[in-house]
Amino acid sequence: MTGTVKGRRIDWGGIVLYLFLTALGLLMLLPLIYMISNAFKPTSELFLFPPRFFVKNPTLMNFRDLLLITGTTSVPFSRYIFNSIFVSGCIVVFGVIISAMAAYPLAKHKMRFGSFIFNMIVLALMFSPLVVQIPQYLLISKLGLINTYWALILPFVAAPTGMFLMTQFLRQLPDALLEAARMDGASEWRVFWAVVMPMLKPAISTFALLSFIAAWNDPHPAQVYTTDDDMKTLPFAVLTLSGGVGVIARVGTLGAASLLMIIPTIVVFVVTQRMVLQTMAHSGLKE
Amino acid sequence: MTTPSSTALNEQTQVSLRKPGKLAVLWSDLKRDRVSWMFLAPFLILFFVFTVLPVLTSIGMSFTYYNMMEPPKFIGLSNYKLLFVDDDIFLKAVGITLKFAFITGPVGYAMSFILAWLISQIPIKYRFFYTLCFYTPSITSATAMAVVWLYLFAGDRKGLLNYYAMKLGIIDEPYLFLQNIHSIVPVIIIVSLWMSMGVGFLAFLAGLQNVPKDLYEAGSIDGIRFRWQQLFYITIPAVKPQLLFGAVLQIVSSLTVFDVSLQLVGLPSPLYAGHTIMTHMYDYAFIKFEMGYAAAIAVVLFAMMIGINRLIFKWLGKD
Repeated sequence: MTGTVKGRRIDWGGIVLYLFLTALGLLMLLPLIYMISNAFKPTSELFLFPPRFFVKNPTLMNFRDLLLITGTTSVPFSRYIFNSIFVSGCIVVFGVIISAMAAYPLAKHKMRFGSFIFNMIVLALMFSPLVVQIPQYLLISKLGLINTYWALILPFVAAPTGMFLMTQFLRQLPDALLEAARMDGASEWRVFWAVVMPMLKPAISTFALLSFIAAWNDPHPAQVYTTDDDMKTLPFAVLTLSGGVGVIARVGTLGAASLLMIIPTIVVFVVTQRMVLQTMAHSGLKE
Repeated sequence: MTTPSSTALNEQTQVSLRKPGKLAVLWSDLKRDRVSWMFLAPFLILFFVFTVLPVLTSIGMSFTYYNMMEPPKFIGLSNYKLLFVDDDIFLKAVGITLKFAFITGPVGYAMSFILAWLISQIPIKYRFFYTLCFYTPSITSATAMAVVWLYLFAGDRKGLLNYYAMKLGIIDEPYLFLQNIHSIVPVIIIVSLWMSMGVGFLAFLAGLQNVPKDLYEAGSIDGIRFRWQQLFYITIPAVKPQLLFGAVLQIVSSLTVFDVSLQLVGLPSPLYAGHTIMTHMYDYAFIKFEMGYAAAIAVVLFAMMIGINRLIFKWLGKD
C-alpha cells in the first residue's frame, strides 16, 4: 500500500522522498558551501596538500585585502560595488515602472493591436537578447553612450520575460476594483497608481527578482559598452581579479569577491520568494 | 448589360457610405485608445529600439561586410556561404551547441519538473528549504562560481575531484578535466545542469501548488489510486501552460551556452572543444570586429531558437 494517495501506516514513500530531496539538496549546496569556506580561508590553508574542503581557522583577511587593494588600477573596489548597485537598481526601478505601465493597457484595456503587441513580446521570449548584442553595441556607440551609465541601463529596461509575467498576472485579477475607481471619477493615470500598482505587488517582486539577478550577474555590458575602469561593474572586477580565464591568482581575494557577488542575489530571492511563487502560477503560455 | 454593374457600383458606394474607410477606422481607434498608447509608449519605444530594431538590423547586416572602420558593403549571401561551406570551426560549434542542448535541455527540464513535483508533495512549511537548495545555484553568477569550478576540476592533484578520485583509487594520476578535449563538454554540461533549475523550476512549482484540489478528489472517485496516476492524468494536464513556458526558457538557455564555457575553458578553448555558436559570434564580433559575419551567426542562432520553439509549441501547445 505504500505510495498510495492515502496511506495510514508508516509512509515509507514519504521517508524515501525526504531522504532523497535532502541528499540532493545538500549536494546542490556543496559548491556554495565550498565557496563560503574558501572565502574565509587564510592563505596558508588555500594551497594545502591534501586540499581541504572546510576552513579550519576562519579569517576575514580576504575581505580586508579586497577593500584595500587598488590592484593594477587606481579604482577602489568599492567603486565597482557602487556601480553594480546603481546600475542594477536603476534597471529594476525603471523596468518595474515602464513594464507595469505597459502591462496595464495590454491586460485591462480593449485596444487595437493589443494582442499583436502581446504576441510580439511572447516571440521575444523565444530568443535570447544575446543574439542582438552586435546591433545594440553599434547603436550605443552611434548614440555616443559608450562609457555612460545609460549604456549599462537603457538596453536592459524593457525585458520581455518580466513584462510577460506582469501582463499574465494582471489579466487574472478581477476588474471590479478598477470599475469602482472609475465610477468615482478617477482618471486612468490615478487608477493605475492607486489601484493597479498595489494589486501588482507580487508581480513586481518577481520582476524585481528576475531583472535584478540578470543585471547583477551579467559581465558583458560593462565589458562591451565601457572602456573606463571607473564604469566597470562587479562581475567584470571579479574577472579582472582572477587574472583572466583559467588562471588561479589571488585566490583568497577572488573567493571573497565572488562570495560578495552571490550574497545579494540569494538575499533578494529569500525576501521575494513568497510573492514570486504567487506570480509564477500565472506564467502559463498557450498557443 | 449596364444594370447589374451599376447596382454593384451602387452597393459599393452605399457600403463605403455606411462604413468609413479602413484608415479612418484605424485613426479613430487609435484616437480612442490614446490613453492606452500613452501607458505603453515608454516600454514600446525601448523595446523597439533595443530589441525589434536590432533584430532587423542583424538580418540586414548579415548580407554585408562591415568592419566598423569603413561603411558596410553589400555582399549578398557570401557570409552564409562562408559560414556553412568553409567555416569548419562554425560547423564544429554548431555540433557542440546541439550536443550540449540535446543533453542539458531535456535533462534540465525533466529535473526541474520532477523536483518541483516532489517538493509539491511535502507540506508547505518544509518546501521553502528545498526550493532554496535547488533554485539558488541558478541565480549564482557564472563569473563568481568560476573560482569554485576551477578548484574542483583543477588538473593537478590539488584539485578536489582529482584528489578524492585518486584517494579512492579510481584514477592513478590527475585527470586534466578542463584541458582534455573529451571532458570539456561533459564538465560544461554538469555545471550547466547544476544551474538549470531557474525560472522554469519556479513556474512549475507555482503551477503545481495551484492545481485545484477538487480535481484530485474527482480523480480518486474515478478510480485513481497511485501518485503516478495522479501525475499523468491530472497534474500534468493541469500545469501544461507552465510546462510550455518552462520549455521556451529552457530552449533559449541551452542554445545560448556561453558564460560557463568562457569561464571554464576560455576563448578559444583547447582545440575548440568548448566552442559554441555564441562563443563563435562573440569571437567575430568583439575580438575580430567582423560585424557582418558575426551578424550572420546571430541570425542563424536566432532562426534556430525561433524554429525549435515553434516546433515545441506545435507539439506541446495543442489541446
